[in-house]
Amino acid sequence: MQLRHGSFAYLPDLTDDEIAAQVRYALLNGWPVSVEYTDDPHPRNVYWEMWGLPMFDLAEPDGVVREINDCRATFPEHYVRVLAYDARLGRQTIAMSFLVQRPAEEPGFRLDRTEGSNRVQRYAVHSYATEAPAGARYAHGREDVR
Amino acid sequence: MSIDLTSGEAEPARWDPGVHSYASMGYYDADYRPKDTDVLALFRVTPQPGVDPVEAAAAVAGESSTATWTVVWTDRLTAHTRYQAKCYRVDPVPGREGEYYAYVAYDIDLFEEGSIANLTSSIIGNVFGFKPLKALRLEDMRIPVAYVKTFQGPAHGIVMEREILNKFGRPLLGATIKPKLGLSARNYGRVVYEACRGGLDFTKDDENINSQPFMRWRDRFLYAMEGVNRATAQTGEIKGHYLNITAATVEDMYERAEFAKELGSVIVMMDLTVGYSAMQSMAHWARRNSVLLHLHRAGHSTYTRQKTHGVSFRVIAKWCRLIGVDHVHAGTIVGKLEGDPATTRGFYDTLRLGHVPAQHGNGIFFDQDWASLPGVMPVASGGIHAGQMHQLVDLLGEDVILQFGGGTIGHPLGIAAGAEANRVALEAVIKARNEGRNLVKEGPDILRTAAQGNRPLEVALATWGDVTFDYAATDAPDAVPTPSV
Repeated sequence: MQLRHGSFAYLPDLTDDEIAAQVRYALLNGWPVSVEYTDDPHPRNVYWEMWGLPMFDLAEPDGVVREINDCRATFPEHYVRVLAYDARLGRQTIAMSFLVQRPAEEPGFRLDRTEGSNRVQRYAVHSYATEAPAGARYAHGREDVR
Repeated sequence: MSIDLTSGEAEPARWDPGVHSYASMGYYDADYRPKDTDVLALFRVTPQPGVDPVEAAAAVAGESSTATWTVVWTDRLTAHTRYQAKCYRVDPVPGREGEYYAYVAYDIDLFEEGSIANLTSSIIGNVFGFKPLKALRLEDMRIPVAYVKTFQGPAHGIVMEREILNKFGRPLLGATIKPKLGLSARNYGRVVYEACRGGLDFTKDDENINSQPFMRWRDRFLYAMEGVNRATAQTGEIKGHYLNITAATVEDMYERAEFAKELGSVIVMMDLTVGYSAMQSMAHWARRNSVLLHLHRAGHSTYTRQKTHGVSFRVIAKWCRLIGVDHVHAGTIVGKLEGDPATTRGFYDTLRLGHVPAQHGNGIFFDQDWASLPGVMPVASGGIHAGQMHQLVDLLGEDVILQFGGGTIGHPLGIAAGAEANRVALEAVIKARNEGRNLVKEGPDILRTAAQGNRPLEVALATWGDVTFDYAATDAPDAVPTPSV
């Protein structure tokens, strides 16, 4: 299974140069960039862990790429994503979101069902990875706390 | 230029019984300065031969507000000058003989708060059948902030929709299930599943899928949601199917909406044909119940397409934003349905921007301040395919839903491959745009390169790469070089 998360989920993994080009686009738009990681890839898990605060007032992508690499080195078997944030009135939301790392093995999700009346089914998306405790979910775990 | 009222005949005194000219009764006032709280309308008036354009324009103001065909003394029991609409400007339409732009101001007191039904009953109620006019078209409106604030507006809006779906930085992708009529519920759900698992964000009921003998609504909802949830589990991203709740009665619509909610659908849809009050009711329901609301503009071309008569879609778009839908179809420019580029740009601006500046070249005659009313996600649907992805992103931007029905389901390798081709094309184009590449010039190259690593896109380009729909638009703006009010 391959997690389809973020705006480049169907393209080959981005190289560092390609990541830097995307970050440059964000900075040109005046969007602060942040890095987040998780080992709970449920589609409704909104709050991935923040790798530090959003990086405001940067002009060049190098600093962001350094942070991405630090995060990837610390959590080599987590999902890592890059976000850009647009604080303008009328937006005040995320402007870009894309994965820069995925675990080597992605077990994916199963669909749980509860049978109801009138043929109604209650569905729940169940992530195989989260059957293990946090920090022990991919590649036999690493410390989850920075 | 403005046209002076030059009727040579002597007018009777204002309150003499009988028939007076509308202009003389106060429905034309070249000196009137519209108030910030006035509702403004721009009509394209085509008077019958021999009818003075100013008098025709005054008649439009009169018949869409207080006037009837003769003087009535009961007007004198009211502060009638407040309730009279005033035509304050008449311009000939450039390049269109016999047609005039008439600007009309309406006091806000003429309209019930938060009621599109009431607004439209006034503005387009009687006047479109008025005999002295050969044709009449409502081109644009300015809704004052004071009136905007009496409406709910989009149940969720563009920003909230993205946060609900957890999808940012790219257009969303959809497809209408085809064939639109005849599939059994089980087969229908199969198409939903394949399209969503292949990479689309949404699939959609078509406008005329309600509850017919070949597929009843409840069965469709159950099988479609099976497909949606299976695809969510397979991809790890949120998927949705626009379940069409359009029905014979509003009570039926509520029943269908409630069932969609119970099944966990993130979105429902309705057709424009259900009427303004039903749409407002459903918009309120959608906000109360945290379900996105899609609007299919079924039937709009009967009154939006012809240049001289009807209501421009830019006005319908404004009403839809006030009504409170989250999505509405607004044209593709490059697809199979009507859509002049400048006119379509005007629709998109109207739906998405917080403040829409007047721009006559796009058919926008008034500044429109939306006062923080959320934006509506425009939907581009009808005869588009992966080979046009660079043009679509260049023309329509990022906050748009691109819907490829035939362009997904008709893919030679199957529905999921069709969906994947569209998704890969979209992501490649967005990535290239962000890298600073020129989509118009390099687009075909970008797509070809992406297709080298992706068989579904390669096949899509080989199948549809050079399909275009190149016909003259009937609804293009007639620009006036001077600014408006």
